[in-house]
Amino acid sequence: MMYYSRLKMASVVAVCLLGVVLCLPNALRQPSAALPWRQIHLGLDLRGGSYLLMQVDMPSITSDRLQTLADGTRQALLGAGLGYRDIATSAQAGTVTFTPRDPSETEADLKALRAMPTAVPGEFSVDRRPDGSIAITLSPTAMHERAREAVTQSIEIVRRRIDATGAVDPEITRQGDDRIVVELPGISDPEHVKRLLGTTAKMTFHMVQDNALGTVAGPGVTLLPMVNAPDQKLPILDHVEVDGSDLTNAGAAIDQQTGEWAVNFSFDSVGARAFAATTQANIGHRFAIVLDNKVVQAPVIRSAITGGNGQIVGGFDAQSATDLALLLRAGALPAPLSVIEQRSIGPSLGADSIRAGALSLGAGFVLVIAFMGLFYGRFGWYANVALLANLVLMAALLSLFQATLTLPGMAGMLLTLGMAVDANILINERIREEVGRGRTALAAMQAGFERATSTIVDSNATALLAHVMLFVFGTGPVRGFALTITIGIVTTLFTTLLLSRMLMVRWYARTRPTVLPV
Amino acid sequence: MFERPLLRFVPRGTRINFMRGRFLGLATSAVLSIASLILFFHPGLTLGLDFRGGIVVEARTQGPADFARIRAALATQHVEAAGLQSFGAPDDVLIRMDTPPANAPDREARTQAMVDSVRHAIATLPGAQVLRADAVGASVSAELFRNGMLALGISLLMILAYIWFRFEWEFAVSAVITLVLDLTKTIGFLVLTHFEFDLVMVAAILTILGYSTNDKVVVYDRVRENLRKYRTMPLAELLDLSINETLSRTLGTSSTVFLAALPLALFGGASLSGFAWVMLFGIVVGTSSSIFIAAPLLLLLGERRLRRDAQRPAR
Repeated sequence: MMYYSRLKMASVVAVCLLGVVLCLPNALRQPSAALPWRQIHLGLDLRGGSYLLMQVDMPSITSDRLQTLADGTRQALLGAGLGYRDIATSAQAGTVTFTPRDPSETEADLKALRAMPTAVPGEFSVDRRPDGSIAITLSPTAMHERAREAVTQSIEIVRRRIDATGAVDPEITRQGDDRIVVELPGISDPEHVKRLLGTTAKMTFHMVQDNALGTVAGPGVTLLPMVNAPDQKLPILDHVEVDGSDLTNAGAAIDQQTGEWAVNFSFDSVGARAFAATTQANIGHRFAIVLDNKVVQAPVIRSAITGGNGQIVGGFDAQSATDLALLLRAGALPAPLSVIEQRSIGPSLGADSIRAGALSLGAGFVLVIAFMGLFYGRFGWYANVALLANLVLMAALLSLFQATLTLPGMAGMLLTLGMAVDANILINERIREEVGRGRTALAAMQAGFERATSTIVDSNATALLAHVMLFVFGTGPVRGFALTITIGIVTTLFTTLLLSRMLMVRWYARTRPTVLPV
Repeated sequence: MFERPLLRFVPRGTRINFMRGRFLGLATSAVLSIASLILFFHPGLTLGLDFRGGIVVEARTQGPADFARIRAALATQHVEAAGLQSFGAPDDVLIRMDTPPANAPDREARTQAMVDSVRHAIATLPGAQVLRADAVGASVSAELFRNGMLALGISLLMILAYIWFRFEWEFAVSAVITLVLDLTKTIGFLVLTHFEFDLVMVAAILTILGYSTNDKVVVYDRVRENLRKYRTMPLAELLDLSINETLSRTLGTSSTVFLAALPLALFGGASLSGFAWVMLFGIVVGTSSSIFIAAPLLLLLGERRLRRDAQRPAR
């Protein structure tokens, strides 16, 4: 307990110096991109910015898949020359059901449906039910996989959309099964971003049902409202002729003839071929451009469009045309996203918080140092050296982890300072007691270190438990608080059990006092 | 000052008979905790945005905040039921709104849209700016509340398990009972001061629990040491001795933590001063409960068991 080998001393000093070096990047600017430069990040509450928590609409993923499955069922049955009635989807059960035209066709129905293409093997099963109807049931594991993929894909698309807005250092992360966290430093009004992310931007091209049949919804036909006139509804065939995901480019431009804002787009080869085939076969009929279940426009096809280019006009202004082009380029979200939590902090409040935090930290540090000097003399000052090292090491570890420093995190650092000297107080009080019992200086110090160590470990372990819990269950700034305290406990153990003790031992070895300054 | 200590908390050889006042201490604590429980049910905690849901917008206006004008501006954006409150400086104003009722359609979307309406309203006031705008949906707030309570509960259990593992069960049980008593008093303090109960407060309470446990562990550690050292000393006397021996440390550490948290309460700004005041309260309660509650409980629980040796003739 009273002996430090040269190697041990050198290591303790080396760790402290390393701490100083690791802290440096926070005070300097990166001289070259090649250097590993790890800094503490300022949290949104300190630098200003927005935090958005978004929920992926999981039920819509199932119902979308059921819709295409029902569409596929119709195509498969018609292709095989079989009839059906009462086709229906149930999102709750994850099934598409229908009744065969004639019970004798059941076997042929089953065969035709089992040959349908699947997204993944074993995605659905086709069964005959006791009442004679046929049910196509999606497998839960396949749906789960699909949902998981949809979230991953959503994150990618959210990232593309946000990058397109020119935001600096956005952080986009998954939270739990069906949530996405978007952090936007420097953007204190997230309204525009919210609007961009709140749009699914699913664009599809459909045929409009011919007027001869009347404007009613029926099997395979849905009434959809017009964007510009929500009261007016058009009967749109569910079957997707061309999908918006087959776009290669989109841009906002002013239409030469009308002078209105428009969005020009071009298809890739698959899209262009499908678009050409559809327009070729339906000259004189109306087709509809549908965006997020609203009809943007429904022109009559006058000639086959083979160039693979198109234009959408629908009463845009500069902003909405630019936004739509951005959304089409970035791609559609696989499911709608909705904001369920948002927090935004303006830059001036962040600066106020940094000032308040730094002032408190400085004042707290001075008070604790003065206290230790007054109450514990020489050993108190050794504890103060260790305290300073503690602060440096905490900052070093936070930089190393590139942790985010939040306002509660600063409070955590402050409390760590208060708690850190506890170990020194324990040691000093113990030495005092041992001196009081008449021990020699050496024996008293030795006993002080020995007895205090188990107490120090015990008390820090319990504090560690509480803060690990907080880290696990907390969110946002509170996690920052738990992290700084957890790091603080580790650095406290190092600085008190090794550094301040080393200073005391060195002092004893140098002076060999008979009376201790306690 | 640089060599010998100038000040000292308790003179050498202090022997205060704490155990004599044990019933007074326990009774006072029980009364305070029961009063806090009553306060908890009526009028109850002021829930913060994290746990209540809804929106809070903090804005700075040009010159002292004029509530009537702000209300008028909000009305043009069809925002109603807005609670206005001055906050910190006279030109700062806090605008609050609750989440739409549980059966309202598009409840989540409307909560989020309200923030934009308030922003637009603020934008119509000359020179006014939004400092902070938060909206928490009902589902998120319920979840945050559940997680916060879970963190508290699991922490208590883990502290119980740890002390049980390191000491005897009497120590663990009396520590956790004391912690629960501390916790109820802190809640009472929150009700009386109207500090908002949110995630940051849960962090404060967990820190208090950690600190208070730490304090008890130090006393218990000494009790355990003395149990081995003085095999025949009656438990009450032994507890008194242990408390007195650690008294100087108990007061020293609580002072440094108190001093560290004090500037935060004074200068920490509106968002952290509530947190810091609760911390300060917790430090005082946690320190006194180590002496007046945890030790007497240990005496009640362990009088027979921990001092088995004392009844037997010394070998």
